[in-house]
Amino acid sequence: MIKSSWTKWIGLIIGVLLIIVFMWASVILGLTKISTQMVFDSFYQFDGSNEHIIIQDTRIPRALIAGAVGASLAIAGAIMQGLTNNPLASPSVFGVNAGASFLVVVGISFFGITSLGTLKWLAFLGALITVVIVYVLGSLGRDGITPIKLTLAGAAIAALFSSLTQGVLTLNEQALDQVLFWLAGSVQGRELELLTSVFPYFLTGWLCAIIIGRQMNVLSMGDDVAKGLGQRTLLVRIFGAVLVILLAGGAVAVAGPIGFIGIVIPHIARWLVGIDYRWIIPYSGVLGALLLLFADIGARYIIMPSEVPVGVMTAFIGTPFFIYIARRGINE
Amino acid sequence: MEEMDAISTNSLTLGYGEAKIIEELDLAIPKGEITVFIGSNGCGKSTLLRSLARLLKPQKGSIVLDGNEIAHMPTKKIARNLAILPQSPTAPEGLTVLQLVKQGRYPYQNWLQQWSNEDENAVISALQATGMSELAERKVDSLSGGQRQRAWIAMTLAQDTDIILLDEPTTYLDMTHQIDILDLLYDLNQTEHRTIVMVLHDLNLACRYADHIVAIQDKQIYKQGEPDEIITPELVHAVFGLRCQVTCDPICGTPLCVPFSKGRHLKGVNHGKSLVR
Repeated sequence: MIKSSWTKWIGLIIGVLLIIVFMWASVILGLTKISTQMVFDSFYQFDGSNEHIIIQDTRIPRALIAGAVGASLAIAGAIMQGLTNNPLASPSVFGVNAGASFLVVVGISFFGITSLGTLKWLAFLGALITVVIVYVLGSLGRDGITPIKLTLAGAAIAALFSSLTQGVLTLNEQALDQVLFWLAGSVQGRELELLTSVFPYFLTGWLCAIIIGRQMNVLSMGDDVAKGLGQRTLLVRIFGAVLVILLAGGAVAVAGPIGFIGIVIPHIARWLVGIDYRWIIPYSGVLGALLLLFADIGARYIIMPSEVPVGVMTAFIGTPFFIYIARRGINE
Repeated sequence: MEEMDAISTNSLTLGYGEAKIIEELDLAIPKGEITVFIGSNGCGKSTLLRSLARLLKPQKGSIVLDGNEIAHMPTKKIARNLAILPQSPTAPEGLTVLQLVKQGRYPYQNWLQQWSNEDENAVISALQATGMSELAERKVDSLSGGQRQRAWIAMTLAQDTDIILLDEPTTYLDMTHQIDILDLLYDLNQTEHRTIVMVLHDLNLACRYADHIVAIQDKQIYKQGEPDEIITPELVHAVFGLRCQVTCDPICGTPLCVPFSKGRHLKGVNHGKSLVR
């Protein structure tokens, strides 16, 4: 674990530099060979060649999207784990991704919506609906909100929305092709506009998440202690939930439901910097971006010349880790 | 009279929906003294304590802290006057004692003012008062039960409040550590004149440490006052449903409640089996 605060700053700076390296790798690596020179040329002397088009329309959007989505999912996971005091909480486990995807799929297949702006709002709405349902279900009963009830509610809602999504897709096979690759989670073949339209929400989410780190530290000592210290815990919870909706909903709108980043990364961040959310959140962001960039680069090489959906890659990386956490949680 | 009370309640009613736990209760907690709530399990003493610390909203009635109704006070301002240590709180895994105690300064911080010298001093003196300075860098979950409770008390001390409420601060502690914690609280009351209000299960320890005992029974105060005056076999029977003799604590001279029970070596045939049950 990194102890002193200046080494934590250095770690963070190294992380950000690594993101730049990974993004550069994401632009030049893949089926079409790209050189660094070509990347610069594509900006300054664009000649309409295949490579230049690939760089500008595919590789660069893809690198930026992977970084932004990875950071957002990881931060959303860190916030959820902090707010619910639950190591298994994450946008995918609690059904937020599934809820957002469901509304997007309904929008595409029943209403033929293709406008990115509208789909983005559907994803936010789906995330909002899920958060509200899971919160209400998890807090029913006299003992109020408990980690176990929340997890059960989340798992149930995740399963519900996933089956509903599948139901919609079987009813409407035309939409299937359009939606299927997106549903597996992918940062490939997305236009940059999609990211730019969601980016303001991501940025707001990231900055606010860093600001509420201190509040989450207080809340993590339990509701009674936090209230006793004068924290308005409900306000903190609602604020945190709004951030989760922005970050996870936005991520789904851009890249589909990508699992495992939200659950795995906050644990790695905690392992690196300890239990202070003022550090866990920025570290989660940086590590999440790195993981998704890495997974997306890997996805190009596994079954070349085809590509694996990046959601499958993160699942490959994440599943063993998920089992490890679950086992540790149960043994305690 | 008003300024003699640290906290008071006016026809306070607490409960969940139709189920009332405390009804129309008027209570005055004397300033600078140790007040102990006693009563059987589920009588509402913890609920009452929680409501005094605004962790539970009253259904009816009001709670007054230093002349102000707490329902109308900003919660951070309350936290600068009154600290609460809930029953068996849990620190997040990996939290150090120092990090825990620092959280006690939360009510004094805002977006601009993050950490001042005053905060630093309050934390240092809280660690000293509880004898936790040496253990400041240790993880809370690696401490023994008694040390852990000291760490939590240090956090409430760092809050620098006149009033400290504690919900069963000695639960799950062995006898040595129960005495240790209660002695610590007694010292804080004596040297710093902090008002201490706590729920205790052990009636005899309550008698030793309390200036003022509040016995709660059937949603109301059964009786309150100095232990010497109010602790009688009748009160113990009415409040706990237990038959006992009350004698004098050989060490403190306070009332000592000795219950009748079954056992291998019953003395005192004159009390007969009818009382033994």
